[in-house]
Amino acid sequence: MLNANFLKQNAIWLVFLAEIIIFAIASDGTFISGRNIINISRQVSYYGIAAIGMTFVILIADIDLSIGSIITLVNVVCAWLMVAAGVNMWVAVAISLIMATGIGLINAVMVAAVGIPALIATFASQTVFEGVAYLISGGRPIAGFDSDFGIFGRWSAFDFLPICAILMIICFAVGSFILNKTYFGRYFYAIGGNEEAAELSGIRVNRVKYLIYAFSGFFAGLAGIVLLSRANSAQSTVGKGLEFDVITCVVLGGVSVYGGVGSMSGVIAGVLIIGSLTNGMILMDVSEYTQMVVKGLVLAVAVGIDCMSKKRRKR
Amino acid sequence: MSENYVLELEHIRKEYPGVVALKDVTLRLRKGEVLGLIGENGAGKSTLIKCCTGAEIPTSGKIRVNGKEFDRMSPQLAAENGVAVIYQEFNNVGELSAAENLFLGRPIRKGMKIDRAAMEREAQKAFDQLHIKINPKELVKNLTVGYQQMIEIAKAIQQNAQVLIMDEPSAPLTSNEVENMFKVVELLRKKGVSIIYISHRLEEIFRLSDRIEVIRDGEYVTTLITPEATVDELIKLMVGRELTQKYPPRKSCVNKDKVVLELKNVTGNGDKDISLQLHAGEVLGLGGLVGAGRTELAEIIFGAKPKESGSIIFNGKEINPQSPREAIDLGIALVPEDRKRHGALLGISIKNNINMPIYERISKLSVINSRKEKEIAEKYREEIQIKCPTLNQLVKNLSGGNQQKVILGKWLAADCELIIFDEPTRGIDVGAKYEIYKLINELVESGRSVLMISSEMEELMGMSDRIIVLAENRMTGELQKEEFDSDKIMQYASGITDGAKESL
Repeated sequence: MLNANFLKQNAIWLVFLAEIIIFAIASDGTFISGRNIINISRQVSYYGIAAIGMTFVILIADIDLSIGSIITLVNVVCAWLMVAAGVNMWVAVAISLIMATGIGLINAVMVAAVGIPALIATFASQTVFEGVAYLISGGRPIAGFDSDFGIFGRWSAFDFLPICAILMIICFAVGSFILNKTYFGRYFYAIGGNEEAAELSGIRVNRVKYLIYAFSGFFAGLAGIVLLSRANSAQSTVGKGLEFDVITCVVLGGVSVYGGVGSMSGVIAGVLIIGSLTNGMILMDVSEYTQMVVKGLVLAVAVGIDCMSKKRRKR
Repeated sequence: MSENYVLELEHIRKEYPGVVALKDVTLRLRKGEVLGLIGENGAGKSTLIKCCTGAEIPTSGKIRVNGKEFDRMSPQLAAENGVAVIYQEFNNVGELSAAENLFLGRPIRKGMKIDRAAMEREAQKAFDQLHIKINPKELVKNLTVGYQQMIEIAKAIQQNAQVLIMDEPSAPLTSNEVENMFKVVELLRKKGVSIIYISHRLEEIFRLSDRIEVIRDGEYVTTLITPEATVDELIKLMVGRELTQKYPPRKSCVNKDKVVLELKNVTGNGDKDISLQLHAGEVLGLGGLVGAGRTELAEIIFGAKPKESGSIIFNGKEINPQSPREAIDLGIALVPEDRKRHGALLGISIKNNINMPIYERISKLSVINSRKEKEIAEKYREEIQIKCPTLNQLVKNLSGGNQQKVILGKWLAADCELIIFDEPTRGIDVGAKYEIYKLINELVESGRSVLMISSEMEELMGMSDRIIVLAENRMTGELQKEEFDSDKIMQYASGITDGAKESL
């Protein structure tokens, strides 16, 4: 059914389709080659995973700027545990994920218990944990992992399907399940719509915020593991600025910065659009700085559309 | 023809995507008259007003001001042509003085400097003209709502407004302030200012207006000469049918033996030393002026604000709810005064709103039983007759009365035994009010208890089994049903009682 409503709801997928066609033509087909598609799926996997937690955060009209730092810290800590401390790979991963979740909880304490605005609280923890990562690594890369560690970022199933892409799909399924099938999802939308009314409807808003920031930390941590495995070496700058890519994906995917509106499927589209945009620009040899300009504009346009439609709804 | 009218709206139509807010409304305002504009909520009064000031652009129709014809207004055009609106929310800046507010955005200057003295002099003149006693130097945040409204009016007059539109001007005011506002309105009429006066309170319309225009469902119904109209006739015209009674009858179902809620010397959230008892099957009215501490008391009982001392006994057990969640689990519910800000979750569906307090009860391992979710919502939609095409409709698209029903449905689903209503029919139109009253009756008839805060004297007396009056955060009186008397309630509400003197 091609009616107006259908088009409106799926506009984001049409944008994606248009993007694919443009890049496919511009790159003489390289863009849609099997190899490149696999490549894209690897590239998007880590910020796709991080986008799930960010979706929850933005749904309640907050923001989490700390996830880039969490990704960096997880890289450094997990690498340090495996290489310097000789800890078993799975134990190192588990410790890293617990730590990432813990940082999320620290953010939640600042936001929910103390009442610091999310923008400032998570900006503070961004700075702190970036510093901690430097202190641990001394700014030097850490490398020399077990070859088994490649499972998170480099291995493929059946020789073509990247495991990290499978991991991302599982994470999206989990995120979608939380959002649509559990009462937590209902609470997220309620709090994002009107925090006071949510509290007066019996939702313990602060507890839900703890959960949300913990999720955000956890998914960022998992994204960090994937990235570490892919790069096969930990760098103290690896996560810098990643939160902006992730926020762009989420907002482009239709999650309103005013909270209360958005869906997981939209975010998946947002992730794919940004992922293929980055890849397409690399294929076309666009410089990194030009890429920054383009991505910044995309973020502004995505938020702009959200704000304009909000204005129109008000009238 | 045109010469007699200062403002003419001809066949105004306003469409939004999917909705027609105004179908064909015509309004003519004569020079120096007060025209009462009435209609139920959602009839289109506000939209019509916004078309006059340029806040909304009509889809079709003509607007004539002093004979000059416009297709559409803009805020600037409205100001140039002397059309001003006093909205329910004021545009005052609390940190500035009365005089500065009067000249907000167009201060009197002396060279580069703002000439404060001249502004204060001019403000004094403007206030004197309207016989209002405001010190121009006073900061606006220190003034009462009534005086803030006067500043808005003075500002409009100072800017040479010929047409003054007042949207529910008495809603935020105390009865004394309302009297003062009436005097100003009458003074303005004498000075030749034309006024459109919008109000839910028909007695005000009768007292002030020369003519009354009624609109219903976005359509012009009729215009009456005030002395020739009657209340019943107006209600019938507004609602489109006859309302025989204002309050549905209820046989007393108070169970005097069962005390559901007892407060002993409760202090906190501003309130001091409040003691009361509420029985099963009883509607206990909580009267008093706005700001007397009634909402504050409700917040304590509902766990939204902490109490400092005293005790709350619910069904024989002392309780101390620390959050709304705890209160709800005990069986206490609150239907708040500000429906849109505190009551309903506007951006989500009816189904989700009704289930919100009980999601954890209908979930296993945090996964919602969606069949139950739907059944429960369906059950309460039928039981309290929420009018909606589907349960997936967003609550913001419902009328005020239906929103109130959704909130009530939520508390019935949560199986709450004590329901606190804070201004249950504020901003709800006449027809829907009756239905809310019927629902309150059904609640107590089924053995539940209701604590009802109301600033409407008639509603308070019409619905309550007993009334307790608060003034300045203290209890000042209690009246049994046979003692109900509006003068007495007003006396208690203004704090003129022996009891109050003792406690001072």
